Amino acid sequence: MDRAAIAARIAEVIEPFNKNGIAITETTSFAGDLEWDSLTVMDFVAAIEDEFDIIISMNQQAEIETYGQLIDAVTTLQG
Amino acid sequence: MNDMTPTDMQETDLFSKFDALIETRRSLLATGVTDPFSLVMEKVLSPTTAICSGRETILLGTYNYMGMTFDPDVIAAGKQALDDFGSGTTGSRVLNGTYAGHRAVEQALKDFYGMDHAMVFSTGYQANLGIISTIAGKGDYIVLDIDSHASIWDGCKMGDAEVVPFKHNDIEAMEKRLKRIPEGAGKLVVLEGVYSMLGDIAPLKEMIRIAKENGAMVLVDEAHSMGFIGPNGRGVAEDQGVLDQVDFVIGTFSKSVGTVGGFCVSNHPKFEIMRLVCRPYVFTASLPPSVVATAATSIRKLMHAGAKRTHLWENSRTLHKALTDLGFKLGTAEPQSAIIAVIMPDLERGAMMWEALLREGLYVNLARPPATPAGMTLLRCSLCAEHTAEQVAIITGMFERAGKAVGII
Repeated sequence: MDRAAIAARIAEVIEPFNKNGIAITETTSFAGDLEWDSLTVMDFVAAIEDEFDIIISMNQQAEIETYGQLIDAVTTLQG
Repeated sequence: MNDMTPTDMQETDLFSKFDALIETRRSLLATGVTDPFSLVMEKVLSPTTAICSGRETILLGTYNYMGMTFDPDVIAAGKQALDDFGSGTTGSRVLNGTYAGHRAVEQALKDFYGMDHAMVFSTGYQANLGIISTIAGKGDYIVLDIDSHASIWDGCKMGDAEVVPFKHNDIEAMEKRLKRIPEGAGKLVVLEGVYSMLGDIAPLKEMIRIAKENGAMVLVDEAHSMGFIGPNGRGVAEDQGVLDQVDFVIGTFSKSVGTVGGFCVSNHPKFEIMRLVCRPYVFTASLPPSVVATAATSIRKLMHAGAKRTHLWENSRTLHKALTDLGFKLGTAEPQSAIIAVIMPDLERGAMMWEALLREGLYVNLARPPATPAGMTLLRCSLCAEHTAEQVAIITGMFERAGKAVGII
């Protein structure tokens, strides 16, 4: 799967979590722009993990702050 | 030209990160409520009663499940050890800090759990911190329940392993994550027997089976089950018939045992090497002789505490039913442990209810985020085998009056 396809699937997973209907760009941050708390982040990470059948460990999550970074991480983890 | 000297530079206040918490606390106390986190027990009368702010108070938030703190044999053992060995060891377990009493309490643990090895730490917190951070290293994976205790999380953070949490008590979520771990990586599954916030137990039988099928070692924290869950009081894993599948049991002396300290018991053939490589074990002073003497005596008495255990369960069932009947929302539909968590609508009314109960003469734990799951405010009640049936009835009346006064029921 290429980066664009991954980006589209992540956008679909974000949809139900994006309660305020914020427009998502590569630099949109989960904590800052989407105002997700730690519990929402946890549920979202689980949804992404299940969607792509990958593990995003807490250690890796610490490096992921924006939508763009998440797309890159998932692209890498998918191999 | 720049005439600025280092002393003119604006320093960054490292405490600014606590501003939000300071403000939450300030606004809570501004309502006139008593600070729930600075209660002082002026005198302790028994495992179930103390003097707080000059009045006799029933203790319902101590984790003193088996009421061993005033047991005459336990007290006598502590006094004798003070006379024979002094007030403290002033040394690490691996240097001058291992006395006969430290070996004796480890033997008591081996006998209690029927396991080959026991290692005693200075606190339960250090037991989790030390074991988890030492056995799971770089390239290994720790798979743990999201509602794990702070000491487990801190143990993960201190080590170099990849940390993978799963939804609380969700067997399928745990299995999916285990199956995604790269082949050949070391795996440690960390679970608790009883989760102390809501007082619910884990489906250990299923979870441990799946962990083993996926080649993981298993660590179970049984801090809140020792002494009264399972046929021999060894905990939830024993109760569900899977203790022999658990690689490491973590426990504490600061609950049912009635003093302070932590431990790990294991059948792993190489376990003793932990004494040399586990930093929270090596780089701290060992427990005082009186503490290990009281712990050893208490543990041996807990092996034969069937009647107390039965009474503790009666207390738990009675209070759980009474609070449910009054209309309180509880953490579990059925009593699963000696912890009954009463769910509060918010922090402010939780603090008001806590204070109303204290005025009635009842102490419970007020628990709030981030210690609690899902941002809940809880009034946590932990029952004691020494609570009388009469005290449980009195407690019920106190909850009814306080709950109505605050408008929660």
